[in-house]
Amino acid sequence: MSDTVPSPSPAPAGYGACDCGPTGRRKGGALDRVLRGLGAVAEHARSAEQMASRRGLLQGLDPRIKVAGLGALVLSATLTHRLEILGALFVLACALALASRIPLWRLARQVWIGVGLFSGALALPALFLVPGAPLVAGLPVSGPGLVSAAFLLGRAETAASFAVLLVLTTPWPHVLKALRSLRVPVALVAILGMTHRYIFLLLESAAEMVEARRARLLGPLPPKAERRLVVGAVGALLLRSLDLAGEVHLAMVARGYRGEVRLIDEFRIRPRDWLALACALAVPVAILWGQA
Amino acid sequence: MHIPDGYLSPQTCAVTYAAALPFWYVASRRVSALMQTRAVPLIAVVSAFCFVVMMFNLPLPGGTSGHAVGMTIAAIVLGPWPAVAAISIALLVQAVFFGDGGLTAYGANCLNMGIVGPFAGWALYHLFAGSSGVASRRRVVAAALAGYLSINVAALCAGVEFGVQPMLFHAADGTPLYAPYPLSVAVPAMLIGHLTFAGLAEAVITGGLVAYLQRADPTLLTSPGRGSRTEAGTEAGTEFGKDTAAGAGWRGTRRLWAGVGALMVLSPLGLLAAGTAWGEWRAADFASRAGRDAMAAASGAAPPQAPPAGLARLSEIWTAPMPDYAPAFLHSEIFGYILSAMVGGGLIVLVFAGLSALAARRRIDA
Repeated sequence: MSDTVPSPSPAPAGYGACDCGPTGRRKGGALDRVLRGLGAVAEHARSAEQMASRRGLLQGLDPRIKVAGLGALVLSATLTHRLEILGALFVLACALALASRIPLWRLARQVWIGVGLFSGALALPALFLVPGAPLVAGLPVSGPGLVSAAFLLGRAETAASFAVLLVLTTPWPHVLKALRSLRVPVALVAILGMTHRYIFLLLESAAEMVEARRARLLGPLPPKAERRLVVGAVGALLLRSLDLAGEVHLAMVARGYRGEVRLIDEFRIRPRDWLALACALAVPVAILWGQA
Repeated sequence: MHIPDGYLSPQTCAVTYAAALPFWYVASRRVSALMQTRAVPLIAVVSAFCFVVMMFNLPLPGGTSGHAVGMTIAAIVLGPWPAVAAISIALLVQAVFFGDGGLTAYGANCLNMGIVGPFAGWALYHLFAGSSGVASRRRVVAAALAGYLSINVAALCAGVEFGVQPMLFHAADGTPLYAPYPLSVAVPAMLIGHLTFAGLAEAVITGGLVAYLQRADPTLLTSPGRGSRTEAGTEAGTEFGKDTAAGAGWRGTRRLWAGVGALMVLSPLGLLAAGTAWGEWRAADFASRAGRDAMAAASGAAPPQAPPAGLARLSEIWTAPMPDYAPAFLHSEIFGYILSAMVGGGLIVLVFAGLSALAARRRIDA
C-alpha cells in the first residue's frame, strides 16, 4: 500500500469523467474500466426510460400484447429455415423501430455492433469449416458455410433487435405487470421488480466505492494491487448486499408484509392491441405451416 | 457464455427449459420454506449483486482482463439452491432488460450458469476444502479451484449444446441451420476461452472473495451452528448456511428426481443424431464400408486401412457391459437407450452419494 497515499495534489480530483491527463494516471486502468462498465448500464437504463416515454407505435400498445407479440417474433426468427424470411423479419424489426420513433443508430449501437462482433467472430470460421462445394473456384469458402454463417448472424441480430424493442418501448414496471397478467408467479414478479430496483442502488454503491478509492490514487497501480482492489470492492459489495437484504426485509415487515405479494394490475386491451397480437402470432404460425 | 437467440434450435431450447424447470421448482420451494418472509428481499438483492458483479472487469496476469460470473461464490455463501434462484433471476434481468443472452436460450443459459455451475462449484468447494478450518489457506485454494472448474463445466455444457446442433438440425443438403460446428470443434473452442481467461477471472474472484470473507466476516463461511451474527443482514446469510448443511444430505430433494427422470426419458433424442459420434468409432468400423464412409465424411480424410494397433488391443481388453448403450437382449432400441441412461444416471448418483458420505465421515472424524 506504499504506492497509495492520499492525494496531496492541489488540483482536486473531481468526481465524474476521468481526465487522467496531468496526473499521469493510466487511462484504462482497472478502476476506470469498472467505472465505465457501471456507467454504461446506468446510461442504458436512463435512455431506455426516455425512449419508452415517446409517443410511437409500440409505446401505444398494451404491454401484455407487446411481451407476447415480440416474444412470438423472436421465436419466429429462431424457427425459420429460410434466409429470405429471416431478412424480412429483420426489415420488420427496423420498421417497428422507426414507427416507434427509435432511431436505427440506437439499435445499431446497442444491438447490431455488439451482436455482430460476437456472432460474426463465431460465424466467420464456418465459412471455411462447414464442408461443401467451394463457392468460387480457388477460394476455400463453401456455399453451405456461407449460408450457415448467414443464419447464425441473421438470427442473432434479428432476435436481439426484437428483444431490445420491448425494453426500449416499455417501462420496466409495465413489463413486470405484463408478466403478472401472463400468469408468471407473483413472487417472481415481485423479485424481478426489486432486483431491478436494487441493481441501480448497488451500481451506485459500487461506483461510489470505486470512485472514492480512485480519488486517493496518485499513479497507476501494479496489476496485482489492482486485482486485490477489485476483489476487495466486490467483497465489500457482497457484505453490503446481505446487510441491505436484511434491512429491506425488516422495512417490509414493518409495513405489514407477511409473505404475500400484492400487485396492482390496471391494463385495458383495445381492438388495435388484439390486431397487433394477431399479426405477431401469425408470423410463427405461418413459418411452422410453411415448413410442415 | 451467454448464449444469444438463434444459436440453438427451438427444440433444444424446449428441452433445456424442461430440464431447468424442476430445478427452479425445487429451488423456489426450498428457499421460501427456509426463508419465509426473508426470501423475496434476499433473493432480489443477491440477484442484483450477481448482476453487478458481472460488470467488474478484473485485470489478469498477462495484461488481459475478464469478468467473473460469480456462480461459485453465490453457492458458497448462500448454498446451492438459493444460488440457483438468484443467478436465474439475474440472468433473466440480463436477457430481458439488457439483451445479454437470448430469450429462447434463457433455459440453456440457466442450465449452464445457474444450475450446473453453482452445483458443481459448491460440491467441488466442499470436496477440496474437506474439514479444514474456516480461516485456513486451503479454503481459499479450494474456492479458487472450484470456481475455475465450475465455470469450465458450465462452458462444457454450452459447448455440447452448440455441438449437437449441426447433427440434429440441418437443411436437406446438410447445411447447418443453427450453431454450425460439430462437437469436435465446439467443445474445444468453448473450453479454450474458459480454461484461460474466463476461468482465471472466476478463480481469482472466488478465491479472493473467500480470503476477503475470512478477514471481514468469517461467519458467512462457517457451517451452521458454529457462529451467528445478530445483525439482520448476515442473519440471513447464516440462515442459508443451514440450508447448505441440509442440502448436503439427500433428504428433501426427491422432487428433483422428477427432473432427472424427465432427462432420462428425453434421452432418446440422442437417437435422432445420425451415425456414430465423432471419435467414438470401434475397431470393427474400420473394416465395414459404412463405418469407413462415416469416418471419412466426419474427418474430411480417408481413415487408415486397418484399425490403429492400440485401439485393436484395447478393445479386446474392455468390452462395455452395455455396448452401444443398448443391451443385446433388448430388441427395442429406444427402450434400451432409456434403460442405459437410467443405469448410467444411477451410477453417477451412487458415486456422488458415496463421495458425500465419505466427506461427511471425515468431517465427523475431524
